Amino acid sequence: MSGGVDSSVAAALMTEAGHDVEGATLKLWGGPSDSGCCSVADVDDARRVAQQLGIPHHVFNMTDHFATAVVDPYVAAHAAGRTPNPCIECNRHVKFDRLLDRATRLGFDALATGHHARVDRAGTYRLLRGADPLKDQSYVLSMLGQHQLARVVLPVGTMTKDDVRAHAARLGLRTAAKPDSQDVCFIHAGDGGREGFLGRRLDLHRADVVDQSGDTVGSVDAVELVTIGQRRGIGHGPDGRRRYVVAVDVTARRVVVGGDPSVDTVALDPVTVTWVDRPLAPGDRAIAQVSAHGRLAGCTVDPGPVVRFDHPQRPVAPGQTVALYDPADPDAVVGAGIAA
Amino acid sequence: MGRLSTYLDHAATTPVRPEVVEAMAPFAADRFGNASGGHRLARDARTALEDARDVVAAALAADPSDVVFTSGGTEADNLAVLGPLGAGPTTIVTSAVEHPAVLEPARAAARLGFAHVEAPVDAAGAVDVDRLAGLLDDDVAVVSVMLANNEVGTVQPLDQVVDVVRRLAPRAVVHTDAVQAAAWLDVARLAAGADLVSVSAHKIGGPKGAGALVARVPIRPMVHGGGQERERRSGTHDVAGAVGLATALVCAAADREADADRVRALRDRLADGLLAVGGVVESAPRDRVLPGHCHLQFSGVNQEELLVLIDRDGVCAAAGSACASGALEPSHVLLAMGVADPTTAVRFTLGHTTTDADVDRALAVVPAAVVRLRG
Repeated sequence: MSGGVDSSVAAALMTEAGHDVEGATLKLWGGPSDSGCCSVADVDDARRVAQQLGIPHHVFNMTDHFATAVVDPYVAAHAAGRTPNPCIECNRHVKFDRLLDRATRLGFDALATGHHARVDRAGTYRLLRGADPLKDQSYVLSMLGQHQLARVVLPVGTMTKDDVRAHAARLGLRTAAKPDSQDVCFIHAGDGGREGFLGRRLDLHRADVVDQSGDTVGSVDAVELVTIGQRRGIGHGPDGRRRYVVAVDVTARRVVVGGDPSVDTVALDPVTVTWVDRPLAPGDRAIAQVSAHGRLAGCTVDPGPVVRFDHPQRPVAPGQTVALYDPADPDAVVGAGIAA
Repeated sequence: MGRLSTYLDHAATTPVRPEVVEAMAPFAADRFGNASGGHRLARDARTALEDARDVVAAALAADPSDVVFTSGGTEADNLAVLGPLGAGPTTIVTSAVEHPAVLEPARAAARLGFAHVEAPVDAAGAVDVDRLAGLLDDDVAVVSVMLANNEVGTVQPLDQVVDVVRRLAPRAVVHTDAVQAAAWLDVARLAAGADLVSVSAHKIGGPKGAGALVARVPIRPMVHGGGQERERRSGTHDVAGAVGLATALVCAAADREADADRVRALRDRLADGLLAVGGVVESAPRDRVLPGHCHLQFSGVNQEELLVLIDRDGVCAAAGSACASGALEPSHVLLAMGVADPTTAVRFTLGHTTTDADVDRALAVVPAAVVRLRG
């Protein structure tokens, strides 16, 4: 229970269905130098909803594990010129790992969350997109496998966001109209956002921006904050067309830009590849999604694994997750991996 | 709740004594006057307040004019740390194991230009008097060392602290947070040498929201207004609370010796039974902690998980301190004591209402939970 409306309604639905439910909120952040996190207010909201539902509520301190498994790698990735997704790493290492283990140790049969996705339990477990296409969160859950899905319930995945809010309002839950949180939970606009956060932990370096002929066309203040495919802050070429970041070399302090770059493939780091059930074999077809609400791209999986797109796509920044869906069952996640 | 629980968290709060409820009741009924007024209803409230003040003063061997009623131990601690500060000395020295109600005002003062230094403790949690002495000089304004620690229960060498402060920091005042100690120790005698002494009603069978600071030195107020408590703490008096505190202090003192012996024996039985599980250690030696404290470290067990499991069977205990969100924080007390992994610690605290049945129930529940979590 994050203190948001989705997890509030997830708890309500499980309670209404007659399960023995207990709510848990994780304390993951709240470091003194980056205070201003709304976590105490969110915990209060989650606790109050639990009280309204008549279920016990616990607050678990997982700040150490979160720091080691999510925040430190996030910082290190930027230092290496990679673009991590910390929410995915939190799901991988904290919510569906440590918290799931704790739930099992405490005798619970399942962990329910407010994610907009579905677990189908007919036969092997399938992970499916949520019913509301604008809110689908299967992408950030794409690392889950049979072992986790056997013990995960996603009650709001069959509902639209509007239905979720309506349900919360009917129950008089204080989170019914609460806006969705958009930010990474440990980054705050008021503290200088991502640049401020990283700037307090890394030396950020100025870099030259060069075009594909090698001519210097500008500079950026922090090469560690630049992402492949980025358009923001990069300006236009002399022909008036938009420019995109094509390559980033953190060590050489150089950013290469070009017009409308595209790639045919993205290699996945094999250590990061997970499958919901059966692994794809070389030559298998899939549908790739490379960002939380990104465009879908038909592809073939080559040995590596390397995802080979049917049509040229924008470059995928190293560190980004590529989620793969089943062409024969397009709502079903097949697996995922992180761009190398 | 109540008798259906096995309540072993007396350090957090205690059941309200029936005598206290009875003594407080009239002030929620027809004795509702504002003690600051002039008419007969006000005078009646005022009399009750001053009677309570006399009782509190006698219980703490203080002069009634030195008793300042507050909203509890936290306010009393804040007033003790901040009240003596002025244009003179600028350093606040505390032990490293003080309650946040002492540490946080000290830190707040440090952000405003004062200095705050912490004296280390030994492995049992007692302040190292020699190291403390090394921190003392002419620029020390306040030295705050609790009479007994609330988490582990360690009784502090307050008389030695007073001694070094008088010798080495002559401009400093000595404060002792006696909030936890008041349940078990003779605060009047042990804190006689301190300039400022904090107590809290709800730790000794009184109501929440009432406490007092014995202030034998001048202090500036934190709460300004009508000038009550001789300008030291403004606000309409909580007469019921003051009466509750006074009654609780009297009851606690009357029962103290007999209760201490009885509870110590219960605590020893609980501790021995839990130590027998194996891989369990007491955080401090029994002869150095309060009679009701049983603070243990369970290797291979996460404190949050153990507390959830035993709570299911009605056993109420605690661990470390909770932060504002309600999550447990690694205990600063255990870290100051040099404990490598504070996340295995659980505190059981017994009180004047604890019985053999409570210990039996705890011994039936806790070992099984420990074994289960160790997998």
